[in-house]
Amino acid sequence: MIAEIGHYALVLALLLAFIQGVLPIAGVRLRDNALAGTGEPLAIAQFCFVALSFAALTACYVTSDFSVFNVFQNSHSAMPLLYKFTSVWGNHEGSMLLWVLILAFFGALVALFGGNLPAALRASVLGVQAWIAISFLLFVLLTSNPFVRLAPAPFEGRDLNPLLQDIGLALHPPFLYLGYVGFSIAFAFAVAALIEGRIDAAWARWVRPWTLAAWIFLTLGIALGSYWAYYELGWGGWWFWDPVENASFLPWLSGTALLHSAVVMEKREALKVWTILLAILTFSLSLVGTFLVRSGVLTSVHAFATDPARGVFILTILIVFIGGALALYAWRAPLLRQGGVFAPISREGALVFNNLFLTVACATVFIGTLYPLALEALTGDKISVGAPFFNATFIPLALPLLFAMPFGPLLAWKRGDLYGAAQRLIAAFAIAILVGAATAALTKGGAILAPFAIGLAVFVMAGALTDVVERAQLFRQPWPVAWRRLVGLPRSAFGTALAHFALGVTLIGIVCESYFTAERISTIRPGDTVAISGYEISFDGLVARQGPNYREVSGKLIVRRNGDVVGMLTPGKRTFPARGNSTSEAALLTRGFSQIYVSLGDPNPDGSAAMRIYHKPMVLLIWLGALLMAGGGLLSLSDRRLRVGAPKPAKKTALQPAQ
Amino acid sequence: MKALRFLLVVVGLCAALPALAVQPDEILPDPALEHRARELSRQLRCMVCQNQSIDDSDAPLARDLRLLVRERLTAGDSDRQVLEFLTARYGDFVLLNPRFSAQTALLWLMPAVVFGAGAVAAFVFLRRQRGGRGTSAGEAAGASLSAQERKRLDDLLKPGA
Repeated sequence: MIAEIGHYALVLALLLAFIQGVLPIAGVRLRDNALAGTGEPLAIAQFCFVALSFAALTACYVTSDFSVFNVFQNSHSAMPLLYKFTSVWGNHEGSMLLWVLILAFFGALVALFGGNLPAALRASVLGVQAWIAISFLLFVLLTSNPFVRLAPAPFEGRDLNPLLQDIGLALHPPFLYLGYVGFSIAFAFAVAALIEGRIDAAWARWVRPWTLAAWIFLTLGIALGSYWAYYELGWGGWWFWDPVENASFLPWLSGTALLHSAVVMEKREALKVWTILLAILTFSLSLVGTFLVRSGVLTSVHAFATDPARGVFILTILIVFIGGALALYAWRAPLLRQGGVFAPISREGALVFNNLFLTVACATVFIGTLYPLALEALTGDKISVGAPFFNATFIPLALPLLFAMPFGPLLAWKRGDLYGAAQRLIAAFAIAILVGAATAALTKGGAILAPFAIGLAVFVMAGALTDVVERAQLFRQPWPVAWRRLVGLPRSAFGTALAHFALGVTLIGIVCESYFTAERISTIRPGDTVAISGYEISFDGLVARQGPNYREVSGKLIVRRNGDVVGMLTPGKRTFPARGNSTSEAALLTRGFSQIYVSLGDPNPDGSAAMRIYHKPMVLLIWLGALLMAGGGLLSLSDRRLRVGAPKPAKKTALQPAQ
Repeated sequence: MKALRFLLVVVGLCAALPALAVQPDEILPDPALEHRARELSRQLRCMVCQNQSIDDSDAPLARDLRLLVRERLTAGDSDRQVLEFLTARYGDFVLLNPRFSAQTALLWLMPAVVFGAGAVAAFVFLRRQRGGRGTSAGEAAGASLSAQERKRLDDLLKPGA
């Protein structure tokens, strides 16, 4: 019964979405305010029904109702409760339902918090959003229905893929989807603006918080996924340039470009046409990502061709939305009037530079990801495009961008003074050189590029601090004045500085992990000690234990530094009888920002075991940087200036004459 | 005792499972040669995995390839010869770093082309944006003035006006 309620609620949500796709837009056309105003209650109702449907599927999972095919395939009665919740989206059908839920959630948010938008724009945005919802609701209902029943009902489920039985599954997909799907709002705003043929700085102000929110979620989602892969896959890699990862990285790159170009548009009314295009492209890339991951095209072009129903459906959605939006763009964009002019050396110019490098980097990753698919589809030849290609093409594009980053915020709008900015960055540059030289001295004989990269990262960080120092005029004004200036700075200024600083932090983590990781691969007998980067790790032997739905054998290792015990590591290997496969559970010991990472290989009959032991210096900075970046985004988001036209009821009532 | 027996069963089970990426018994005694082997392994794809290098992969095929790479290196092959040997056997699919050829020319050139096109577009855009500064932009701005505006400008600029 619960499954049927869920299915029925989804059908009702689809009908509501149809109405929401027609009435508000018709209202705008006919200048009928009542009709245009139907968008909000419809969006909220649609969200409620999708949420009901999602709750129904969750209920099926929690109660282990194996008469539902989807639950049978992806759950097991002995699985811990948390994983019963998370396995709702640990499969194709459920994850598409989550996608639709988040889409409806954003629609409801616009309905609830879009009060400061002009009624016509709000109606158009909700109308466009409804069409996206219609296509994906249809996709779920027609090709990926999670509520299909199974008769007779089996006694036990097939269990969730063991790799997914992790807290990572609870966090990574929801955050990633909040990011992916969040960009649909920016897309809807762009299409609504094109339909109306009118766009101004206020539009950029409205669209920025939504883009920023999506970007924050996507940043966190990617970082969570990266950390999850790092500890779950067992060889300590954190980024593989895998097509699935690239699929999430593409909208991040263009979304980052969008955030920056929207600033120009808001402040200076320039780059309008470009910003609209980026808004369309960013969500298009989210759709491309969904297509790549959900159609099965990545496993093999042939797998896609043999069972094409889903792939072709998403491909059609892709073509309709991207093609439609771009056609609308080609038709209406020339109507948009260009705004303020500026010199090449200016804040605007710096942001154009930023956009150039970010979009080209995005295009490079896009080409590298899709090229082998296209080649195989066209000629049948199989080639691989892996990490070496992406490193060779992406890094040269990232370096100039990173170097230019500290300069941008120091340049004035309209016409900047590059020489002046360089002068103000001298301290940052000096610190960078010092740290780079120190790194070179400390790691003598090591990688030649590492000190330069560390220096660049420090330059980025010091440059971000310079921005705040300059704005507050610290060291120039007397302390009380500078302090007041510092406190008075808008939060978005701190947000920018923090996010830029964070990129430097991530870079340090990446460089240290790539160049200074120490590795020991050996077969260790109980009682043996392995030395790595100043630590002595001794092996105490293997222990077996029974988990809720798996058996585990784990090694016990004691970590010492200068003879003192600093921690214990218990890397394990788990075997899941339901599916007959196993996972290796790496053990991590965190020391400051560095980690010791051990993964257990095959235990031998004599009690010894193959082990990979790593010392990864500063590796946590990679994800700490991503967290700080998201924090910078949050700071900007909380800036009052982004909540334009926010009603101030207290003042208004005070001004009203007494009755 | 019971625990020990259970342990043995588990150990026996695990031994049948796929091995961990690089195995201790694969490592070459010569560190320089081993280093080259690792570098090469990172550029070679495990063909039964989804986008994993043989250095990272647990698959038995990856192990075979790792051993093959080390065998060739011990036999005195250069890095290039090893890659050529493997490509001859398994095709271009085995290379994670695609070689420049007629097939991949587009792949390797596109980033540069996109960057070039983007840079030219940005340059043209920025020049047009100069707005009144520089000669060409100044002339363009002057041309857009109506006759009346031009007269008024001339009046204003006239000394002593």
